Amino acid sequence: MTPVKTLARLALTALVALATPPAAIAQDSGRLRLEITDAVIEPMPIAVPQFIAESAGASDMAARISQVVVDDLIGTGLFRQIPSDAFISQVTAFSSPVQYADWKAINAQALITGAVSTDANGLINVKFRLYDVFAGQELGDGLQFAGTQEGWRRMAHKVADAVYNRITGEGGYFDSRVVYVAEAGPKDQRQKRLGIMDYDGANVQYLTDSSAIVLAPRFSPTGDRILYTSYETGFPRIYVLDVASVGRRALPIPDGDMAFSPRFGPDGNTVVFSLTQGGNTDLWRMTVDGASPVRLTNAPSIETAPSFSPDGSRIVIESDRSGTPQLYVMDANGGEATRISFGQGRYGTPVWSPRGDLIAFTKQNKGRFHIGVMRVDGSEERLLTASFLDEGPTWSPNGRVIMFTRETQGAGGEARLYSVDSTGRNLKPVSTGGAASDPAWGPLQK
Amino acid sequence: MKILARAALIAGALALCACAKTGADRFGNDVALGGNAANAGIIPGSANDPASAAYFQQSVGDRVLFAVDQSTLTPEGRATLQGQAQWLMTNSDYTAVIEGHADEQGTREYNLALGARRANSVQEYLISQGVASSRLRVVSYGKERPIEVCSTEACYAKNRRAVTVLAAGMS
Repeated sequence: MTPVKTLARLALTALVALATPPAAIAQDSGRLRLEITDAVIEPMPIAVPQFIAESAGASDMAARISQVVVDDLIGTGLFRQIPSDAFISQVTAFSSPVQYADWKAINAQALITGAVSTDANGLINVKFRLYDVFAGQELGDGLQFAGTQEGWRRMAHKVADAVYNRITGEGGYFDSRVVYVAEAGPKDQRQKRLGIMDYDGANVQYLTDSSAIVLAPRFSPTGDRILYTSYETGFPRIYVLDVASVGRRALPIPDGDMAFSPRFGPDGNTVVFSLTQGGNTDLWRMTVDGASPVRLTNAPSIETAPSFSPDGSRIVIESDRSGTPQLYVMDANGGEATRISFGQGRYGTPVWSPRGDLIAFTKQNKGRFHIGVMRVDGSEERLLTASFLDEGPTWSPNGRVIMFTRETQGAGGEARLYSVDSTGRNLKPVSTGGAASDPAWGPLQK
Repeated sequence: MKILARAALIAGALALCACAKTGADRFGNDVALGGNAANAGIIPGSANDPASAAYFQQSVGDRVLFAVDQSTLTPEGRATLQGQAQWLMTNSDYTAVIEGHADEQGTREYNLALGARRANSVQEYLISQGVASSRLRVVSYGKERPIEVCSTEACYAKNRRAVTVLAAGMS
């Protein structure tokens, strides 16, 4: 396998704020703000004139970057793009004063302007400013990113992340990657290999070949390593893969029939996983180097799918100790587990939100599968999706979006990735170019 | 399916071993000569050779089925496994990997664990019938390798299985 290309090293600098009339600053109470709530909201209309090409030959890059910024923002379902043929003002230079009245007239709540330049060394420079049209002022300082040509999409994602952050007050999630299982072949002979891609499906690269079944990859907290399960030896074992070099090694696991369902702790060193001994599956933890293995559960029931709380103190797990698979929260060092799922049906694959407030899960009830969320104490359960087979949720870095696997039924059944907001809105397929399952969303890149 | 391929090789090797008494057939190829008339016409390694993997698969029965979420053996399952145990004790050159499987109605992780329970049930039963534990290994495929691909109970029932796959000789 060829090593994964290092994407652009991005340099970030703040631009000097444009001169703002004092009167506008005083209007801070009416500041542009979009609060993400459960209520149905009308998407905010925004204007994103194509970024200005500030050097010869940069116009194609400026068009592509503008488009990715728009795709990121519109893709959230929170914004609506005002078509450029409705624009009254044209932005012809990045430093031109903004004609707020013209943007107000077409009801643009926010205006994003940008400029792109390229140089002979293959570097590109992207800058942008965000305007609160109705307040008649810039929202935050303009920012400038410098990087290599091949990292152009990351620079566009950085712009969109900054815009999203300023308008919603939430961290962004566009400059992030997803590791998943790329699938091919018929249902009874599925070929599986690990793929990694940008959150929007761009820049797909494969990390393993299809010679052995691979399952459920999980990122380290910094995104530099991936834990996954492979049948490389003929028996399920856990491997850790270095994303940059694509080198991998088997985790030294205590004796057992099989080990699977690994997940990193927030320290990036602790690993929790399922180990099956004599047909019985329990949870263990140890360091990623195999040091100090500790058995966390010791019951004849199945204990699997552990996921850490963001502070690393607790884990949420799936167990059938009550007779059917249900969700439990327990101390990350072991001890009593408290059941948190009490609705009808079977619950599995719980994943703690990076915000710490919710647990996403798979629910199976009356022949249908759902992705749902509940509070950490099990209250306020809400189902976000329903289909023949939805499973395996993973959270966006800001804890606002959930990606999961949806598989269609029958002989021609095929798995695809979908995403949905934790509010239940904005359900849509994620482009992967082929069948795919088991997504794991990585952190926001630095 | 490395294990299957390996089993086929072993079956082939055993067929050669069985050729102590050989003669040329009318095409000049060596064929096994049966020790008695009853064996006439038996092609070593084929399904009518009682020492073959194919015979084990087709006549003894290489798999047992399970109810939804269950790993308890059914009476039919126990009868099949008694046959498997007898065969394995007669044909002591074989080892076996018991593959546990689940239908697609369940999460990937839970089904892996459920498949392991099923494989273990079979392993324990075979051991209780006298098969040496050192000859048996277990593996779970969860819902990764369905044998039937429809999404109805007719297929699910066949996918909830544990299959005894003959493999390499004594370790």
